[in-house]
Amino acid sequence: MGLLTFNIGGIHPPENKLSAGMAIKNIEIPKQVVIPMNQNLGAPSQPIVKRGDMVKVGQLIAEAKGFIAAKIHSPVSGKVFKIEPRIDSTGFRKESIIINVEGDEWAEGIDSSDTLIKDITLDAFQITEKIKECGIVGLGGATFPSHVKYIVPEGKNPEYLIINAVECEPYLTSDHQLMMEKGEEIIVGIRIMMKALGAKKTIIGIENNKTDAIAHLSKLAEQDSNIEVKALKVQYPQGGEKQLIDALLGRQIQSGKLPLTVGCVVNNVGTTFAIYEAIQKNKPLFERIVTVTGYPVQNPSNYRVRIGIPIANLLQEANCDMDATGKVINGGPMMGKSIPSIDASVTKGTSGVLAIRNEESKRHEVKNCIRCGKCTTVCPMGLEPHLLSIIARMGENEKCEQELIMDCIECGSCVYTCPSSRPLLDNIRLGKSNVSFMIRQRSVK
Amino acid sequence: MDGSVLNAILVMSSIGVGAAIILFFVAQKFKVIEDPKIDLVDEALPGANCGGCGYAGCRAFAEGMVKAETMDGFFCPVGGNDLMKSLAPLLGVEAVEKKPQIAVLRCNGSIKNSIPKFDYDGDSTCSFTTNLSAGVGGCQYGCLGGGECVDACDFDAMYMDPETNLPVVKINCVACNACVEACPRDILELRDRGPKEKRIFVSCINEEKGPLAKANCTVACIGCKACVKACKFDAIDFDNFLAYIKYDVCTLCRKCVEVCPTDAIHELNFKPRKPKADKPKVAKPKVEKSAADKPKEEKEESKTEEKVADNKEKSEKTASDVKVESTNNDKN
Repeated sequence: MGLLTFNIGGIHPPENKLSAGMAIKNIEIPKQVVIPMNQNLGAPSQPIVKRGDMVKVGQLIAEAKGFIAAKIHSPVSGKVFKIEPRIDSTGFRKESIIINVEGDEWAEGIDSSDTLIKDITLDAFQITEKIKECGIVGLGGATFPSHVKYIVPEGKNPEYLIINAVECEPYLTSDHQLMMEKGEEIIVGIRIMMKALGAKKTIIGIENNKTDAIAHLSKLAEQDSNIEVKALKVQYPQGGEKQLIDALLGRQIQSGKLPLTVGCVVNNVGTTFAIYEAIQKNKPLFERIVTVTGYPVQNPSNYRVRIGIPIANLLQEANCDMDATGKVINGGPMMGKSIPSIDASVTKGTSGVLAIRNEESKRHEVKNCIRCGKCTTVCPMGLEPHLLSIIARMGENEKCEQELIMDCIECGSCVYTCPSSRPLLDNIRLGKSNVSFMIRQRSVK
Repeated sequence: MDGSVLNAILVMSSIGVGAAIILFFVAQKFKVIEDPKIDLVDEALPGANCGGCGYAGCRAFAEGMVKAETMDGFFCPVGGNDLMKSLAPLLGVEAVEKKPQIAVLRCNGSIKNSIPKFDYDGDSTCSFTTNLSAGVGGCQYGCLGGGECVDACDFDAMYMDPETNLPVVKINCVACNACVEACPRDILELRDRGPKEKRIFVSCINEEKGPLAKANCTVACIGCKACVKACKFDAIDFDNFLAYIKYDVCTLCRKCVEVCPTDAIHELNFKPRKPKADKPKVAKPKVEKSAADKPKEEKEESKTEEKVADNKEKSEKTASDVKVESTNNDKN
């Protein structure tokens, strides 16, 4: 038996991990930061500071509104300059808090030292509350508010905690570097999460192209029989939670259901570290590790970035040749979205900033579908992208829903593999937005 | 042999006669009594089945109207008042006059007025791009230039202008509402055609504050309220930093057009003003200016289009095949 991987579909794009092994560096804080209010999945946050207020690092500046929502804390200290809509990474203007930076004064009670604290003093309920208070969201890219995962409904029993350290996106190395540098903290973070969930066992899934991280974490987890590190075959999109559970445990999740139905809770390794910092150091989520990479970037590296710093600053820090850059992507090359303006800020969901060369940034000419079936073969959800794309285009929304278009995880494998460069995912996204609109309408009635 | 042929003929004709008798009685028994007026009305209708009246098709409209025995609330926008008048004697009721309407594009964010800030080479369907980004010009309210309204038009009354990347409504618009429904950003609106096709409207739906709106588009409504103050007839609504001229109240005095600092208020088909102010106007749309003072009969499509072409300002052409991206595949 070879290495573990998921059963349906998958591709193996060139890994291009240019910034692998680059130590995490801090980035200089600019004079002004722009903090968008819609940093998480679900409802945007509500600002609670006013113009002219003085804020400290880690101070709460925006309150969560709704169940699936997260709080936002100030990443810098200084004066609130304005609260107004600013362009975000989609090009839309979203409500943002703009802070003029003055010094770097941290709020009281936050431990900014590097010392490792192993003892967990809080109980399960307190941990969940703390996660909520610190505004932690899933740092893999989907930015799902983390505390929601820890509110386990009655009758459900989370058996396994799965730590997603797959980092299957090409180019990105932030999780890899974090594991190498903060391995011990991550293990403590895992213990905290297991306590909060009452899970019996933890599996850390790491792809086999990060052998040093596998060795490092296996060594750290040696004394703890409940934590197991498993090497996985390099296969995209293994970082999808459904794919990861399939790969590690061989359990499949029904369409539209959550991982909890098969007794699992999946968390990203970056989130694990953020939870460690929140519980042990009382530090809210206001900075994250971002990979700045791509061929036009002269020094591809991993940075510890405060949220609100413009993406332009990151590219400048890493010496990106902007003339050779045709496109800048927020995230990885497969699932990330290209940004219309590099003035947009780093948010909690920015896992990487990828500069693409001019010659690679253009789409290929769209040709006719030759019915080769490659997209169907690689689809990790077992869908038929070429057919879904056609019915989505025709506006057959009911048919789309029947054919489980909402199961699509938008991994982009179908577009990657299509020999005719057809815009399959664009059409499927159109269908998904139409179908979700239809479902919303139905629930209103 | 002769006998067998004769037999066959006899058998076949007797079956035929028998079937005919059965069918006759069945037809008598199950006869659907339909008002003959429905057929008459249906024949008079244009038969385009566009759905502009709110019914599934012309037949459904005819059935509905004959059954209701009134013309209140029934109006075929394609046939217009003339058709409704001709139908009135059929039903024996008074025709309800309705002012003829036309679809109006409330955006002037052409590639000259709202300069593209990035390239986009992904799917250009409006309903897709509106979810994806604010649009290449940066305005999150404005026209995306995908042409979904043009695709929705069954009457060949719209086309995309390649120079501005905006749709243009031609004079033969029948106000069937298809484009209004197709537009994901609700930019198009049905407005009264006005006397001699004279219309005044705010060609912008941007609800942002002035500086923000102006940053993306030179002809945006900046919410300065100058028009509201200038209007003596209380015809301008103001909400969310956006003015809206109520076409049923507006007296077409053109005061608001004069005071608008960004030329966001458009006047169509008016006689040119006395040349007291020859300030350079920002690119106005070349909608169906053409057939302004002409009687309707003369408005042949070709002529209209020619005139429209004449009216085009020579806007310099920026890359019209804008491009960016949604998902990015580094295929190499």
